[in-house]
Parts: sequence; C-alpha cells; structure tokens
Amino acid sequence: MNTPQTAQPTFEARRLSKIYPTAAGDVIALDELDLEIYRGEMIILLGPSGSGKSTLVNILGGLDRPTSGEVLFKGARLTEFDDAALTRYRRFNIGFVFQFYNLIPSLSARENVALVTEIAADPLSPEDALHLVGLEDRMDHFPAQLSGGEQQRVAVARAVAKQPAVLLCDEPTGALDAKTGIRVLEAIELINRELGTTSIVITHNASIAGMADRVISMASGRVKSVETNAHKVVASTLSW
Amino acid sequence: MDMLDKKLLRELWRLKGQILAIALVIASGVAILIMALGTYASLEESRRAYYEQNRFADVFASAKRVPRSLIASIEKLPGVLHAEARLVDAAILDIEGLAEPATAQLVSLPAYGEAKLNIPYMRAGRRPFHNRHDEVMVNAAFAEANNFSPGDGFAAIINGHKRNLTITGIAVSPEFVYAIGPGVLVPDNKRFGILWMGQEALEDDLDLEGAFNDISLRLSVSANREAVIDGLDRILEPYGGVGAFDRTDQVSDAYLEGELDQLTVTARIFPTVFLSVSAFLLNVLLSRLIRLEREQIGLLKALGYTNRAVALHYLKFALAITTIGAAIGVAAGSWLGHRVTWLYGDLFDFPTLAYHTNEAGIAIGVLVGVVAAIVGVIQPVRSAVALAPAVAMAPEAPLTYNNSILDASGLLSRLGNATRMILRHIVRWPFRSSATALGIAASLGLLISTLFFLDSIDHMFETYFVYSQRQDMTLVFAEKREPGAIREVEHMPGVMVAEPNRTVPARLRSGHLKERAGIIGLPPDSLLYRILDENTADFEIPEHGIVLSDKLADDLAVQAGDSVVVEILEENRPKRLMPVSAVTTEYIGAGAYMNIHALHRMMREGPSVSGLYLTIDKRDLNRLYDEVKETPSIAGVTLQSVAYKAAQETIAENLYIMIFFYIGFASVIAIGVAYNNARIALSERARALATLRVLGFTRFEASSILLGELAVLTVVALPVGCLFGYMLAAFMAANMATELVRIPLVITPFTYGISMLVVLLAVAASALIVRRRVDALDLISVLKTRE
Repeated sequence: MNTPQTAQPTFEARRLSKIYPTAAGDVIALDELDLEIYRGEMIILLGPSGSGKSTLVNILGGLDRPTSGEVLFKGARLTEFDDAALTRYRRFNIGFVFQFYNLIPSLSARENVALVTEIAADPLSPEDALHLVGLEDRMDHFPAQLSGGEQQRVAVARAVAKQPAVLLCDEPTGALDAKTGIRVLEAIELINRELGTTSIVITHNASIAGMADRVISMASGRVKSVETNAHKVVASTLSW
Repeated sequence: MDMLDKKLLRELWRLKGQILAIALVIASGVAILIMALGTYASLEESRRAYYEQNRFADVFASAKRVPRSLIASIEKLPGVLHAEARLVDAAILDIEGLAEPATAQLVSLPAYGEAKLNIPYMRAGRRPFHNRHDEVMVNAAFAEANNFSPGDGFAAIINGHKRNLTITGIAVSPEFVYAIGPGVLVPDNKRFGILWMGQEALEDDLDLEGAFNDISLRLSVSANREAVIDGLDRILEPYGGVGAFDRTDQVSDAYLEGELDQLTVTARIFPTVFLSVSAFLLNVLLSRLIRLEREQIGLLKALGYTNRAVALHYLKFALAITTIGAAIGVAAGSWLGHRVTWLYGDLFDFPTLAYHTNEAGIAIGVLVGVVAAIVGVIQPVRSAVALAPAVAMAPEAPLTYNNSILDASGLLSRLGNATRMILRHIVRWPFRSSATALGIAASLGLLISTLFFLDSIDHMFETYFVYSQRQDMTLVFAEKREPGAIREVEHMPGVMVAEPNRTVPARLRSGHLKERAGIIGLPPDSLLYRILDENTADFEIPEHGIVLSDKLADDLAVQAGDSVVVEILEENRPKRLMPVSAVTTEYIGAGAYMNIHALHRMMREGPSVSGLYLTIDKRDLNRLYDEVKETPSIAGVTLQSVAYKAAQETIAENLYIMIFFYIGFASVIAIGVAYNNARIALSERARALATLRVLGFTRFEASSILLGELAVLTVVALPVGCLFGYMLAAFMAANMATELVRIPLVITPFTYGISMLVVLLAVAASALIVRRRVDALDLISVLKTRE
C-alpha cells in the first residue's frame, strides 16, 4: 500500500529513550528515537543485535516503559498508561508473535486461539483465524503434535484472531527454515492485506525486506534509515 | 570447596523458600519423634529408678481381717522376697475453706526402718509417730492443691471416729504416682488425698489390732507371678480376701503404663506421616531441579565428571535440606520434650522428673529423617545418573499434552480455557498432583485426628455424666447397711431421691481367662445410674444374669448369651455359672452389673445397701455437705458436678496445649505441600503465564490459572483428608485405649469443619505468597528465553 502520510499515525514516538543501568555502566537501548507508523502499514524493522529493535517493539506493545520520551497510540499517550490500562491496551489492540511461539502446551491449537477470542471485543472465530493461516486441518492438535512452522502459524492466528489494530512480530521466522518461514510470512501478509492490520515485523533477515511498505533500519538505538518500497513483492516469492 | 559444592550452596539459597518449607516438615516429624522418645525415656527411667529405690511392690491384695501370724506363711510362697502387711481404709475429710467433703485413702506406715515396700519419699517434715491418732503424713499433690504445709491440719472421720489431724510431713509414693480417687475420671488433688498414719494408731482406729487388711509382695525375678497370686488368694480367702493382682491392675501404674503406650503410638504415627510427606516433597523438588538442570548435567558429564559425582551432588542437596530440618527438629523436639515432661510432672508425682536429653532418641530421629530423604530422592537422582551426556545437552522435548481421558469424556469441551489448562496440567503430572492432594489430605487428617480427642473426651464425659450417672452425689457406706439407711439419708437436708446399690468384689472366669471386677447390683427401676447400649441409649437391668461392660466382655472373650463363672469374694463367697444377659458401653473402668434382687438372692442375704445415688436440691447443698462430713457410716462421697469440673480443668490444662502444637505441625504440612506445588507449577509455567499476561490477561486472571490447580487439588484433598482423619482417629482410638480408659471414636462436624478451615487458610497463605511472584513476572525476559 502507499503510505498515507496525511492521516493520523497509529504510533508516534517522540525522543524515545530506554536506558538499562548495569553494573558496568548504562546501556542505551533507545537513544532519543523519533518515528511514525501509519494505519495498515507493513513495516520491517531491520538491524543487528542490540540495535534496539525489540526494545522499541516491546514499548510499542505495552510490555515495557521508556526511560524518557513519549509514545502516542492513535493520539493517546501510551507512556502515561498505568499497569491496568496497559493490560487493557494489550488485550484489545495488540497481537504478538514471538520467535519461540509461546503457545500454551496444555491447550490445543483451537484452544490457544480461543484463549484470546474469549477475552477480545470483536474477535474472529478461532476456526476462521486458523483457516487464515492454513491450519484448518490441525485445529485439535496440541503444540507438541505440530511442527515449528505450524506452531508459529497458530501463534499468528492467535495474534490476529482478536482483530487487533497492530500486529507485532519479533523474529517470527527466527527459529524456522526458509520454506516454513515463508508460510508464516504469507500468513502475516494476508492478514495485513485482508484485515488492514498495521504490522511490524522484526528480523535479522534482510531478504524479507521486500514484502514491506517501509523498511526501517536501526543501529545503536536510533533509526539509521527508512526506505519506502516502490514495488512490494509477495512473500511467496521471497527466498533466503 | 569444589565448584559443585559452590553450585549446591547457591541453588540452596536460590530455592530457600521451598527448602525452608520442606525443612520445617522434616523438623516437625523429627521433633515429634524426639519429643515422644525423649519423654518416654525420661518417664520410663524415672519410673524405673523410683520403683527400684522405693521398692514398689509386685503383687497387691486386700482382705477383711487377716491375723499377722499369716505373714510368715505368705512370705514362704515360692518367689516371694518380702511381704509387707498394712492397714488401708477410706476416710471422709472436712477441710477448712472447702465446702464439700473430701475423701482420703488411709495407709498405715510401719515403724521407721521397718518399711520394706512402697516406701514413701519424704518431701517435707517428718513421719507421724506410730501411736499418734492425730498425726498424718499426706501426699504432695494433695498438700499442694490445698496449700498445706507441715503443722496444718483438717478434720476426718476414720471408721466412725472423728479426729482432728495434724500434718507432720509431705511425701510421694511409687504407689500413688497417679493419685486418683474412686469414682472420678481424673485426679482431683484438692478433694482426694493419701494419708499415712502410724501403724499402731491406725490398728487402734480400725479395730484391727494384731491383724492387717492389705498386703504387698515383692517377688524375685524368676517368680511365677500367677502361682504367687493363686497362692496368696488361697491363704487370704478365709479372711475375706478380694483377689490379689499384680502391677498391671494397680491403678497408678496402669495409668502410667497407658500414658507410656500412648507416647509410643505418637512416636509411631505422627513422624511417619510427616516424614512421608517430606520424602514426597524432596522427590518433587529434586525431580524438577534435575529436569531444569539437564543440560548442566550433560555438560558436567561431557567435562568428565563421573555419575557418582553427579549422584552425590544431588544427594547432598537432599541431605543439606534434611540437615537443616533435623537441626530445627532436634532443637524443637528437645524443647517440646522439656515442656511435655514438665506437664507430666504436674500429672504424675515423682520425686524428680526431669527431661533427659536422650541421645538414642535424637540419633533415631535424625536417622529416620535421613532415611526418609534418601527414599524420597532416590528416583530423581537415578534419573540424573541415567542421562547420557549427549542426550542431556540437547534441550528436552517440549512437554506433550495429549487428548486424555478428560477430553474423551467430552467434559472439557464445555469448560473454559482456563479450567482446561488447569485440568490438563493436573492430569499431565499425575504423581505430583495426587501426591500434592495426598499431602494436603495428610495435613487435614492429622488435624482431625488431633482435634478428635476433644470430641472423644466430650462424648466420654457426656456419656458418663449425662447419660449414665445421672445422680448429683454418690455415697459409699463403710459397711453394708440395712435398707433403713436409705430413709436416714433421705431425711438429710436437700436429698430428693436416694437410690440404693449393692456392690461386691468378684472374680469372673471364662475358660482360662479371668478378671477381677466389682459387681454393682442395681434396682430394675433405677433412674439415676443407667447402663447404656452401644448407641448410648439406656436400658433396664435384666432380671437374670450379669451385664458386662464391653471392656470386660472383650477381656473375657464373651458376648451376650455366653456364660461366665461368677465368684463373689465377700461373705459366703458364692460361685455360679451365669449367662451374660447384655453388654454395656463404658469408656472408663470395667464394670459388671446385676439386678440387685438377684444379687441379694445369690448372696443369700436380705435387702441391704453398699451405697446410695442421690439427687439433691442445690439450695441445701452446704447443709448436706456439713451433715455428710459428720456421718460416721459414710466412707466415701463423690460429687458429680465437682468431678465433672475438675475433669474438664485437667483436660484443658494438658490437652489444649498439645493440640495447639499439633495444629501448628499440621499447618506446616499444608503450607509445605501447597507452597512447593505452587512454586514448582510456577517454575514450569512461568512462560505460559507470561504469555497470558502479554496477551492481555490481567494479573488476577493469570494467577488464577496457576493457583486454580492448587484449588482443585485442595478440593479433591478435603474428602480424602476427612476419610484419612477418620481412619487415623480410629487407629489411635484403638491403639491408645488403656486398661482403664477406652477412647470412643466420635468426630463432630465441627471438628471436620474447623480442620478444613485451618487447612484452607494454610493453603491460601501459601498461594498468596506465590501469587506475589506471578505479579512480579518479568514478561520480556521470560518470552525471550527458550524453555
């Protein structure tokens, strides 16, 4: 999609800093970072280890708080939310996908998705969500009975079933081989396209960059460059 | 210190909460064991030394009037070392400041230097002179309860003679370590005393010059006890002998023996439960630790550490916890031992009773704790040894959950996800789940089986004082009286109803089994003294045959419908084969009952009474007391309300303190089990819980899933614990019964309720502690790491 720069951004980060004090001195994870992300965008966040990608996504997802600066979500000051408000924020607005899937081992695929739909405001049915990621035949399998790629697609289905405003994916293909990884990316792409979910995908893997609307590269806690893809490619044509 | 030991110390520190919880369970078991063994040894040793030094007799007998010349032939019985003849009788006392009459047992004291057996141990003052009618020495408990010192005095009626007595000394005696008066449940030292009097004076007062009515024998080690008893009975029979008996039937020693037996039961049951639970807790904790450290174990082995070193490392972990527990247990057990021995010092009168640190008991306590720990951890340690290095270093396969029976039943589909997670986790770890439920059940069972004693005693008292003995006062005449005595007493102030009884000493036989018993003859229409069936419903004394208490029936191995040989040991000593017409429920003592008219016919006597049961108008109570104190023919008096109150006070002093301790111990188990279960579940599920929090579940929702498991297991544990408590109580009731007291198995709903409440509170407290950890979960770091 083309970036509608005139609309209100989904996220606005202003002079965002995160500093971890350690015995060996302060570690600066984010250094006065400024950023805007718009509704429906597919963002790929690239950068080496320690560049601050995960810290940024954790703050955007309401899992962590910045040391200074502020984040606005659709104009609301996220940085002023208390714990309970952050829990509600995650519950109703954010979908997470992690590198290690984080499925509940004692719940089946369908039940892992239902875990979220039960507490969401306007969810998809677990069956529809699993259909979106191509797992309609594996719905009653437990995590241990699914391959890594399948588990990650359950995680994607779980993340999008609540129809979140934002999908945050931290290295979603990091633990997968290329073929399985691409199936997961296809699922994320489909959701971004069909549901218009703002999606932010963290990766080490520059080969994925082609599927983004914008590619944001980070280094040392700052945005190093922002590239807008004139010609997005579909995930199925990616390779690495 | 090598690196593995350093690792060990750090692990111990990291897991300190769980370790402390387990150590306290071990400590409780070790403490109770050491307390019970130590107290047992102290009591037993004090008894042995006391009996030895003060020459407690082996065989005892009473008779009516036996010429002293027979002593020589008694001493000639094979196996008899010494015989000591003396005079024994009952007396009514009038103590200043005490409205109701007290009673006493008079015992003659041979001249100084001549006492060979049952020698009193002087506490204060001097012995009475042998010919002084106004001098007595009293037992220490009686003196203490009435604040008597040598020089004080009181009035007494001795065989119809009114005497003003002066206390010359205070003593204790091996015969009266537990000084309990006739017709009461527990000692009432204020209203019952032992009075030692000079032999010459008492001979004179009892009109027994040149004779005796009581004899004690000391036997050689090799003596044939039964033969001596039979020989003594034969000699005393013409002189009104009422049957000789050995120490097992001597009241004071029987109580002491019963208490020692109960300590043995305590030493067996309680530590077994505690140490089994601690073995399970160690098993679960170490299994989890070894699973978490699987890669480290693989690495250690890859680096060249032997299996032995790995096994030893984890064994040391278990032994370190046991050592902490045992150390606390030894300290707490010794303290408790002192405390309990001190309580026994109040109940039992020894010259000295001190808790001696019992090295053997401590060694046994610690050893049992260590063995329990090793049994508990042997399986996880073996699993660590069995890990091949290459396998160990690869991460463990993810936990598999399958469609279990729970899913097949279709039950789960109707439940929410949270409930599903809880139930599947419980089923996934069946051993741990059931052991947790059993642990909580054990705690509940211990509580119930401890508190049950209060119910049991309540029921015992209620049965005794409310259902069976409905009189306000019991009078015992010195000699059997004509029926006219009933009317005399009826005319005393305040007496509303007077019902007679005729009581005779007897020997009962069935085959080779024989028992001594007092047969109480009761009128068929008796309203005051009632005999009870097994449901404590009262029934009328049958016209024919003999009614036996359940204890006597058991001892004689007979039941209703069988026959026993009844041999009366008084007057013309009739002997008959009689049917057992009924068996009556009695928790205290072992009585036998006959229709009073049938008893008169058997004795070939006219109507006569040995004592009376009275109901009294309370307004005239003090006037009645005064008259009883002045009536020479009355040798004994028991006041139901006073006896009831005294019994309750004694129970309160002794039992409540112990119950308080046991509630603490049982809570330790509940907390230890619940806390460990929740902590381990948290360590296993931190990732799932953090995921839930990330997905937008609130803290409350996330922790409910963790603690829900504990709640479900607790709910399962409650009925199991109630059943376990019932069984434990039944076991204790059966095993703690003594020759003198049976423990009825009665558990009230209140006991079940309060026990469940204590367990629920203990579990809730543990859950709250763990909940705080759920709240503090670091969401990001949990999600970043691979399981």
